[in-house]
Amino acid sequence: MSAVAWLTQFLEVLAALVLAPLFLGWVNACRAWLQNRRAPSVLLPYHGIRKLFHKDAVIAEGASPLFRLAPYIVFGAMVAAAAVIPSMGTGLPFRSAADAIALVGLLAIARVFMSLAAMDIGTAFGTLGARREMMIGFLAEPALLMVIFVASLLSATTALPLIAERLVVQPLALYPSLAFTAVAFTMVLLAENARIPVDNPATHLELTMIHEAMLLEYSARHLALMEWAAALKLFNYACIGFALFVPWGASIGETGIGALALSIPALLAKLAVAGLWLALLETVSAKLRVFRAPEFMATAFMFAVLGLLVHLLLGA
Amino acid sequence: MAPIDSPLTLSLALLACWAVVGAAGLLRPHSVALVGRVLFPLGAIVGVGLAIVAALSLTEPVEHATLHIGLPDLPMHVRLDNLSRVFLALLGSASAGVSLFAAGYFRKGEGTAPGVMGLQYHLFLASMGFVLVADDAYAFMVAWETMALTSYFLVTAQHGIPEIRSAGFLYLLMAHVGAIAILLSFGILQGGTWLFSFDAMRESTLSTPWATAAFLLALFGFGAKAGLLPLHVWLPEAHPAAPSPVSALMSGVMLKTAIYGVLRVTFDLIGDPLWWWGLIPLALGLATAIFGVVFAAVQTDMKRLLAYSSVENIGVLFTGIGLAIVFHGVGMTELAALALVAVLYHSINHAFMKSLLFLGTGAVLHATGERNLGRLGGLIHRMPWAAWLTLVGVLAIAGLPPLNGFVSEWLLLQTFLFSHEVPQPFVNMLLPLGAAIVALAAALAGYVMVKFFGIVFLGQPRESSLAVAHDVDGFEKAGLVWLAIGCVLLGLLPNQVIHALGAATEQLVGAAPNLAGQSWWMLAPLTERDVSYAPLVLLAVIVAVVAATFLIVRIVYRRPVRRAPTWDCGFGRLDPRMQDTAEGFGQPIRHIFVSFFEMERDLPSPHDQAPRYRVKVSDRFWKGVYLPIAALLARAANSVAWLQQGRISVYLTYSFITLVLLLAVML
Repeated sequence: MSAVAWLTQFLEVLAALVLAPLFLGWVNACRAWLQNRRAPSVLLPYHGIRKLFHKDAVIAEGASPLFRLAPYIVFGAMVAAAAVIPSMGTGLPFRSAADAIALVGLLAIARVFMSLAAMDIGTAFGTLGARREMMIGFLAEPALLMVIFVASLLSATTALPLIAERLVVQPLALYPSLAFTAVAFTMVLLAENARIPVDNPATHLELTMIHEAMLLEYSARHLALMEWAAALKLFNYACIGFALFVPWGASIGETGIGALALSIPALLAKLAVAGLWLALLETVSAKLRVFRAPEFMATAFMFAVLGLLVHLLLGA
Repeated sequence: MAPIDSPLTLSLALLACWAVVGAAGLLRPHSVALVGRVLFPLGAIVGVGLAIVAALSLTEPVEHATLHIGLPDLPMHVRLDNLSRVFLALLGSASAGVSLFAAGYFRKGEGTAPGVMGLQYHLFLASMGFVLVADDAYAFMVAWETMALTSYFLVTAQHGIPEIRSAGFLYLLMAHVGAIAILLSFGILQGGTWLFSFDAMRESTLSTPWATAAFLLALFGFGAKAGLLPLHVWLPEAHPAAPSPVSALMSGVMLKTAIYGVLRVTFDLIGDPLWWWGLIPLALGLATAIFGVVFAAVQTDMKRLLAYSSVENIGVLFTGIGLAIVFHGVGMTELAALALVAVLYHSINHAFMKSLLFLGTGAVLHATGERNLGRLGGLIHRMPWAAWLTLVGVLAIAGLPPLNGFVSEWLLLQTFLFSHEVPQPFVNMLLPLGAAIVALAAALAGYVMVKFFGIVFLGQPRESSLAVAHDVDGFEKAGLVWLAIGCVLLGLLPNQVIHALGAATEQLVGAAPNLAGQSWWMLAPLTERDVSYAPLVLLAVIVAVVAATFLIVRIVYRRPVRRAPTWDCGFGRLDPRMQDTAEGFGQPIRHIFVSFFEMERDLPSPHDQAPRYRVKVSDRFWKGVYLPIAALLARAANSVAWLQQGRISVYLTYSFITLVLLLAVML
């Protein structure tokens, strides 16, 4: 492994840590513009995290050690996931450690620990959030895996950097199967990141909330880590989407420092467009009732399966 | 006869040791000190020895021997090959943890006397071992039946309770229906030679219809033992009825003897299975997996929940077997080997993780006397050892990296990714969809396990009596630690495990995953595909990030942690009943998979002063399959019953008619 590869790896993780709150702030700002509201600063998530780190942690009396451990594990899983997603370059030294299926596993670790922590205090909201989160999770995970399968059938590998690499080096063509799976992936992204139409990140209304319900008992540094992990999750999903569907711009294979330098503006541009697209989707759709969510996820799953069938029928 | 220090002789000697250890308990059957503190730990040592002997002999050639025991002129053939060795290693290593736990678990005054229980337990172990080395139909069936009978007595240890008696009867019935099918399958396999040694069966050639019939009978017979749909109904009844170490053995180890049986008959005795046979276990396996996990999600009894989870895992195993048969039948032997490795790996994984979970429920059961999820909660505070060790099993069975459950799931999914290359139209398009079902089952398993762990160990205690729950003692702790370490190691060192399992697939399908020239810490079993998984690196990265985050947060923001009452939204009445119950947690599943269940619901009217909500969820298969068969049997029995008139003159007439008929035939 060359020095550039290690540099790419380091920069990627650093970029994920630094850019994730910014991306979240960008999505929120875009949403505000589209809804004719005055936009908050795109830097607001940083302020929020900084503020939380400076507070005294208050923990409920019935909390077990698992409750205090969970934010670190959730955060750790998200950072590890960021390390295998080729957001800037595909020649990652860490890429042989985990393929896309293991990546889904890493995301599942975060989900399971977050749900367990939510059940730890034993409040009505916590268990409600955990139950709903696991429900969304078990519906979204197979859909996400099917999306990855289609991409891996196209590129004969399940390693995400290689999928991106092989899609880039192939002559530019429109893959109908990828079009279907892109729709499925977008739906999974919305559901898994607690966005409209499945969940609303801006509400604390008990009838509808999922993600926020699980975090109600957290405060200060634990909450900061959870919030940061949530931002990282959104960032990671966006970068998985780039790797699967628009891998252009990332440095391919063992390259020099020049390609790496070029990949940074490429990533920023893709994030800017993705944020706008996400905000647009959220603005034009309405929040679903919780029990409509399974239908939404089933649709995503069906789109992914359709993509698979299209690939098998047409070979493209 | 094999030499005295050969692995086969050693294995047989160790199996005999188990029988002797069991019999020693009869010396003082009521002494917990002798049986618990001495004999069960000895049994665990024998298990470890068996696992070591089996694992170390994996590369050695096949060994045969003939035992002149039992009936005169009917010797038993035994044989030790790589398939037997893999399963013997599974039996020895997993049962060692269970035996250690059992040493602290069985106590006086719980049904059968400890000494008798110890005898049944160790005979059960020995018979499972003998099933794995048997090399003729006679020895196999004797061992198989001993296994069924000893486990029946273990299940009905607390035979004073009517539910346990009926669960035991159901188990015995299903075991025997299955055994008959296996016997018939052997009857076909001997192919007219009337030689019932497995060697003769290997050599006999069967026509396609007969071979298919033998395969289907074996699938039915072993499927009944394993809990394949629709023969699963005994599992959720018998497993909760048995004492927890016995549930652990039945779920973790005994079900695997059925997997062994299917593999033995299909790939060894029949030898060249047709590709389309594989579609049957594949379809049944996928159905079983989804059905099992959906039912697990709505259970309110923690052991029933785990039993249904075993049904799911059996489904996953049969899916893998089906895939292996398809690949083998179309000549893609390397992929068949990979699918078989996934099956064997998952068998071992499931043996460890499910035993761990059942023993965890045993600890909870002893500490609280409660199996109902609705009356548990918050036990992580009172029983930290049991809780944290059970958490390892929970994360493993939920299929999370870097633990062991993930590795076998990963292998199976990777195998599925090749299924579109099967050169059969339509089938190659349907097979990849199986991967989606496996993924759904795995994701649902995560749901089930969060429910299990969250409701039992987390939250507030739902009953005040839970405040006096005590943690596990020394032996119990040792057993749990053994199994948890097994889960971790099996997850972290997949290359070594797969290398060992390759010896068995080499024997069954003539190929093994190619691991040559690979780093010991990285798993990349597919030569033509550039995929890899390195659990140690993954774990190191996660641990490093968690540790670094922890240190940075600690150093930079050194603020105190304050404990305060839970925020009650200003209402001031936060009580444990506000948490989700097991029913509540399963409600989304009931809602989404409504067509799976037979549901009876009483909804109270909105004006009811004392409203009661009642819902009863039951298995459709009872009403759809079992009750009609039972009714048919009862009708048939009734129609024959008129023969039984209850008068001596009528019976004498029967005897007379029989005699006359016999005379007529003879003359």
